[in-house]
Amino acid sequence: MSDELDDLYQEMILDHYRNPRNAGTLPDATGVARGDNPLCGDKIELFVRVKGGVIEDVRFRGSGCAISTAAASLMTSVVKGKSREEAEAIFGKYHGMVTTGQGGGDLGKLAVFAGVSEFPVRVKCATLAWHTLRAAIDGKRETVSTE
Amino acid sequence: MTDVGRLRADFPILRTEVRGKPLVYLDNAATTQKPKIVIDAIGRYYEEQNSNVHRGVHHLSELATKLYEDARVRTARFLNAADPREIVFVRGATEAINLVAQSFVRPRLRSEDEVLVTHMEHHSNIVPWQLLPAVLRVAPIDDAGDLVLEKFEEMISERTRFVAVTHVSNALGTVNPVKRIVEMAHARGVPVLVDGAQAVPHMPVDVRDLGCDFYVFSGHKIYGPTGVGALYARLPLLESMPPYQSGGDMILSVSFEKTIFNHVPHRFEAGTPNIEGVIGLGAAIDYVRGAGLDAIAAHERDLMDYATGVLSRVKSLRIVGTAREKAGAISFVLDGVHPHDVGTILDREGIAIRTGHHCAQPVMERFGLAATARASFALYNTREEIDALAAGLRRVVEVFRA
Repeated sequence: MSDELDDLYQEMILDHYRNPRNAGTLPDATGVARGDNPLCGDKIELFVRVKGGVIEDVRFRGSGCAISTAAASLMTSVVKGKSREEAEAIFGKYHGMVTTGQGGGDLGKLAVFAGVSEFPVRVKCATLAWHTLRAAIDGKRETVSTE
Repeated sequence: MTDVGRLRADFPILRTEVRGKPLVYLDNAATTQKPKIVIDAIGRYYEEQNSNVHRGVHHLSELATKLYEDARVRTARFLNAADPREIVFVRGATEAINLVAQSFVRPRLRSEDEVLVTHMEHHSNIVPWQLLPAVLRVAPIDDAGDLVLEKFEEMISERTRFVAVTHVSNALGTVNPVKRIVEMAHARGVPVLVDGAQAVPHMPVDVRDLGCDFYVFSGHKIYGPTGVGALYARLPLLESMPPYQSGGDMILSVSFEKTIFNHVPHRFEAGTPNIEGVIGLGAAIDYVRGAGLDAIAAHERDLMDYATGVLSRVKSLRIVGTAREKAGAISFVLDGVHPHDVGTILDREGIAIRTGHHCAQPVMERFGLAATARASFALYNTREEIDALAAGLRRVVEVFRA
């Protein structure tokens, strides 16, 4: 198998795909948003509870490919307890990493997605959950689409 | 049997390597590759024959007009239409369906009228009907992906104004019993449109034998260029229809007080048409007829049978769509692996398949899936390519330990 594939489908990604963390809904969510990736039919629904500018809890449900599911799972683990500004800053760095392959140094676990940069059509899979999180925090009602 | 090796040599792109591996192109239901003869026909048109059609008195315009109208004759012959005037050139199957919806069906609709389609339609044979003030009714399909014919017949009611069915399902490969469907609808006096986009590349089509009122297809799915397709419409129906779009070429005379429309089929071809596309389509039809549709059908049936056997032996693979008669495409899922991941891993092996909902979301919903992987065949595919696909799928299983 090619090295690029090894980089893309790392064990941690496959683990989060098979056993997504923070899966489910949040009855006391302060924000809910849906995200669609029409390209591959990925759908995600994201629930977030923000208090005093801090993301107290976040859950998601939906169906998606390994990359989008693992991205949502890892994102929820990372942003919990962060302020919305901190989450936004992490997304900024993460977005740079999945598009260029660079700058994953201070992203911790999220660095496993650096391999996505070798697969441009998959960037949308890796960022769908993040765009949807932003919409949920902002309280936007419309569905986020990658198209 | 076709000599696949010889046919493959006609397609320059098949010599391409993708990521250092020979291209295995199994996305033919999305679009087919083009033989040199089609590419050359388009090149020759621009180098030696380019001119606008129908209006010029000079040599080149006469030549271009002749080439354009010859392609109409060949398209008519290809479908066994009774008269070349029954062929309207359009952008593709989608535009043809929209034309029929707006020009034929819309003016005939009365309140609460119905348009009947099947659950296996491509979006292009669903959405144009939703734009009409009509009730869209959907005949069910069974778990194999076959149309439930008795239900379909029951659903033809007093209110059914039109029936629109696909000849071959792009997502499942199901071949519909179109002749029987037409008989059922005509017994109730209901006209029928057949979407032949996925049929014409794979089998001989005879519109008079089918008995349908309208038949549509796209050029690019039958080895021709994109942006061109054909609508077949029975002449009396076509002559009864108002224009779809208007402008130049579709008129006999224009004044600010009164415009007289051109005769069919020109009435439906407003503006300068896609001349290179039509000429390319004509060349593609010649090519397919040269290869022989019976031979192509036999070759692809062999590929379908072989692929069904080989893929069934891949661990955790399930074929979606097991209709009695299939053509062109085989859809499948791997347990525990999203089709999009399947597509990415196969791509690294130089294998092109399609993954997603195939513009047939109701079909996906019917089978409880968000997406499938689909391998689709053309006259140039080989058993070795199916083997490569199966090997690629074993890789996928390995990566995911599915």
